[in-house]
Amino acid sequence: MIEFRKDYFADERDDDLNEIGKPTQRQDALGHVTGRSPYFDDHLFDGLLHIRCVRSPHHHARVRRVDISEAERMPGVVRIVLGKDVPHNLNTLLSLLDFGLDDEPLISDKKVSYKGEPVAAVIAESERQARDAVAKVRVDWEELPAVLDVEDAIKPGAPVVNEVYPGNRFVYHGKYDHQKLRFGDVEAAFAKADRVIEGRYQMSPIEQAPTETCGAIAAPETNDRYVVYTSTQALFFSLDTTSKLLKVPSNRLHFIGGTVGGGFGGKVDSLHEPMAVLGTMLTGRPCKYTFDRAEEMQVGAPRGAERWYLKDGVMNDGRIVARKFIGYFDSGAYTRLSSYAIIKGVGHLPGPYTIPNVYADVYCVFTNRTPATAMRGFGITGVDFAIESHMDKIAHELGIDPIEFRIINAYRDGDMKAHRRLAKNTALIECCHVAAEKAGWSLSPAARQASSLRDGGGARAEIPHTVTDEHGRVEGYTAGSYAQKKRPGGSRPQGTSGPAGPVAAQRDSIAVTPSASSPSFDAPPRPAPQPAASSPPRPAAVSQPERPAEQRRVTRFSSISGLRRR
Amino acid sequence: MARKPLQFHLNGSEKAVFVEDGQNLLDVLRRGVGDLTPKYGCGQGACGTCTVLIDGEPHLSCLTLAETVEGRQITTTAGLAQGADLHPLQKAFMDNFAAQCGYCTPGMLLAAKALLDRNPNPSREDVVEAISGNICRCTGYEPIIDAILEAAKSRGFRQFG
Amino acid sequence: MPVKVESFDSLDGAARALSAARSARFLGGGTLLMRAVNDGDQSFDTLVRAVDPASRQVRSEGDGVTIGAGVTMAEVVAHRDLSFLAPVARVVGGPAVRNMATVGGNLFASSPYGDFTAALLALGARLELVGQGGRGIEIDEFLRDRERYVGSIVRTISVPRPRDPGAFRFAKVSRIKPKGIALLTIAAYLPQSAGRIRGARVAYSSMGPRPLRATAVERALDGQYLDAATIEQAAAVACDGIEPHTDGLASAWYRREVAAVHLKRLLTGERR
Ligand SMILES: Cc1cc2nc3c(=O)[nH]c(=O)nc-3n(C[C@H](O)[C@H](O)[C@H](O)COP(=O)(O)OP(=O)(O)OC[C@H]3O[C@@H](n4cnc5c(N)ncnc54)[C@H](O)[C@@H]3O)c2cc1C
Ligand code: FES
Ligand code: FES
Repeated sequence: MIEFRKDYFADERDDDLNEIGKPTQRQDALGHVTGRSPYFDDHLFDGLLHIRCVRSPHHHARVRRVDISEAERMPGVVRIVLGKDVPHNLNTLLSLLDFGLDDEPLISDKKVSYKGEPVAAVIAESERQARDAVAKVRVDWEELPAVLDVEDAIKPGAPVVNEVYPGNRFVYHGKYDHQKLRFGDVEAAFAKADRVIEGRYQMSPIEQAPTETCGAIAAPETNDRYVVYTSTQALFFSLDTTSKLLKVPSNRLHFIGGTVGGGFGGKVDSLHEPMAVLGTMLTGRPCKYTFDRAEEMQVGAPRGAERWYLKDGVMNDGRIVARKFIGYFDSGAYTRLSSYAIIKGVGHLPGPYTIPNVYADVYCVFTNRTPATAMRGFGITGVDFAIESHMDKIAHELGIDPIEFRIINAYRDGDMKAHRRLAKNTALIECCHVAAEKAGWSLSPAARQASSLRDGGGARAEIPHTVTDEHGRVEGYTAGSYAQKKRPGGSRPQGTSGPAGPVAAQRDSIAVTPSASSPSFDAPPRPAPQPAASSPPRPAAVSQPERPAEQRRVTRFSSISGLRRR
Repeated sequence: MARKPLQFHLNGSEKAVFVEDGQNLLDVLRRGVGDLTPKYGCGQGACGTCTVLIDGEPHLSCLTLAETVEGRQITTTAGLAQGADLHPLQKAFMDNFAAQCGYCTPGMLLAAKALLDRNPNPSREDVVEAISGNICRCTGYEPIIDAILEAAKSRGFRQFG
Repeated sequence: MPVKVESFDSLDGAARALSAARSARFLGGGTLLMRAVNDGDQSFDTLVRAVDPASRQVRSEGDGVTIGAGVTMAEVVAHRDLSFLAPVARVVGGPAVRNMATVGGNLFASSPYGDFTAALLALGARLELVGQGGRGIEIDEFLRDRERYVGSIVRTISVPRPRDPGAFRFAKVSRIKPKGIALLTIAAYLPQSAGRIRGARVAYSSMGPRPLRATAVERALDGQYLDAATIEQAAAVACDGIEPHTDGLASAWYRREVAAVHLKRLLTGERR
């Protein structure tokens, strides 16, 4: 049941809302209960062909040879598609957001880096015939050592999972092998803290398991276009990705989506649309490419695994004076969205608390596991689990009530956050109050009287002297820009199949370009010299007077998009 | 590929189609007949979204060899409403926000209908048992259970059948 | 090779077709076989089925009941003469699965399936195969070498009815209720005479690739009063001679840890 606590922050809003607070029927409800909502597969095409992939049984293997001669002769087989048939067989989803290098083929032809990676696609008259032909494709595999753990993957001598990033680490901003956060000086603060408490937390991959599996149907349309019905959650990602991989201008692609049988983040990877359109381009017929349930679970990208090491400096009165994170996101074999998840995750650190010294090194690591992607709470869920588990651990070790411990450290309006923006519209303290009330949990009078509106700012608004370092510096990459039309030193793509216009050419621009020399990673981090730590300002004992009216009338929303200020 | 003629009743009207050897009922309903209300979620019997009623009892159409339904009565979600009048279960699902993405809904509705046709006064446990073969990943089961219980109580239910 | 389907009016006709074709399977309710068809399983290319009303009959005879192999779990639940097996059939899958899954198919189901077969094993059922007369074969013998029977058809399963209904106990342990797959199933038949257990039969499912008997447990129970001391002794040997496997539901270690706990609960009559 939804309960509106309008007693909180009442003076900050005009309570004249007409819709919020009242139930409204979903516009798609009638379609749902009559079974008429049009999911991607609810479009019938005469002569529909079915695509099924030949997939790697190995976590890591070189593809010596793909022999399709027997499979091609199987009944119902119309075409077998290989990597060489994909016009631009290398992509990274986030190239569309100016972020990361193309690192993943649609159909691998040299090497597979995760179990289930496709090396060929069979197009046949029926699904069963496609399956039967898939069973007849002979692949000569040379199995390679696989690495399945993030920390093993970044050890010297680990198998190289993703050739585009030979250190098995994504490169941030063309500069570092990890995403950094530096605020104050954690090491100095640890030296002054009453206690230093460490913890290790990890989360396994989580499959979104939508009830409708991912898929798309493409068909030739009039006007030399292709119509695509898709389960995508990210229609324009899918459209642009298809345009890029197939070198087809996006105005020849007519994408129809919007009715999704559950996604939860797992339907953004745009694997199906390019394959379905490619099938249609090659056969001239409608083609469907969809995961079966086993593929959805094994090949469909999950929320990736994460491992976090937390180290907190705390005072006996419950103040956290320093917090250090070393984090590893398991991106699986390719980048997909993990690099971006980390930007979001790091923007969230150190959680909703005001801590004057914060440090984070977060690595996006390539392993021979299924590539990871988005899931609700994208980038935040794993580290929040780590943070809140660690908060409980510290509260327990200090003998402080866990809710009060959170209230003591909660950020308040006007505080400086670790990513150097002032906190506004904070409400953690009030959430703690309500949670305690609902749980019948008693709080001390001081904790009960705390407020997000009071005792913030002042000394807590200052940016501390910050120690920086260059560890994890990577050479050989440059940061690029999506807007940029010419690639520095790169040549324009050529040999477009079909009338690919200038749009397709532009799509080929990539964000971060490795220079001719192969990328190198530097030596392990050296500790930097340590100036005095800034000490945590205590919340003032007496509350400050009411803030001026114009400061109060603010909408209680704030953007947390990690990529906004690149 | 061998094709066999098959006749059955779908939501009260007779259907005659050709089926391929080994084809399952879900595929025949969707592609052969064009009733798109039963959905594919797994092809493994695990999700229940392909549930149809065969002679009034819930079956998984993805695991039903199509030719075994010769002469039988099949009910799908397309057969629930009477003209423009929604079945009380459909109405209760709307009123209780029991369909988020809606993909599990057709299967849920039929599992529920089979229960209410047999047991018009089910307990909450009976409802849980009846939909235990149906997975919903979005809505959460509580609104679905509430909707089924509400439909059972609604007066229109018995006339509707 | 798309799957071919051959239909027969009698089990005998189907049996002849089966023995002639090497890569054919007999279709029961299809809950496992159609999964394999949908998956594109290349190990068979023909489905043989029989529309034989005899295979769906239940006959009460003397101290036993003879169940047609084509009887579904839902039919077991509903049948007056099978009330002692109803609690077992009721926990196989969800309602739709129970309307389809047959007793005959359950005999061939691999772990984690085979709950019903575990009950049949504890009760000491006998199977009659099509084309084989006589008293049929003991279920123990059938399970010992199950692969041998893949090309034959089970016509009926005869189950001795427990004289004391309380002597038969059954527990399916799963993580999801009510329809979760078993991480362990225990069926126990503990007939007593003069207060002592005589001829105990205890069977597990999901503790190995197929249902099996817990002979060490049976030995610990036989000849004893079903009291706390006996139950302790039985629980102590719950996994003797058994090598549980690891699958997606539970590790071998976990199965070993909890088997004794669940066995104890079953024997003390504690409901969970
Ligand atoms: C969602 C789901 C949940 C399930 N839950 C359970 C559960 O909780 N417990 C459980 O035990 N099982 C469960 N199962 C497995 C399965 O449904 C049952 O084991 C069922 O009893 C199998 O019977 P069937 O008639 O469907 O077999 P089929 O799929 O028709 O056949 C299975 C095998 O048995 C052979 N066979 C069938 N009948 C005969 C016969 N008369 N003679 C010789 N061979 C025969 C077939 O050739 C085939 O090899 C579940 C299945 C699904 C899909
Ligand atoms: S599609 Fe039939 S049970 Fe999932
Ligand atoms: S509403 Fe999405 S699966 Fe149930």
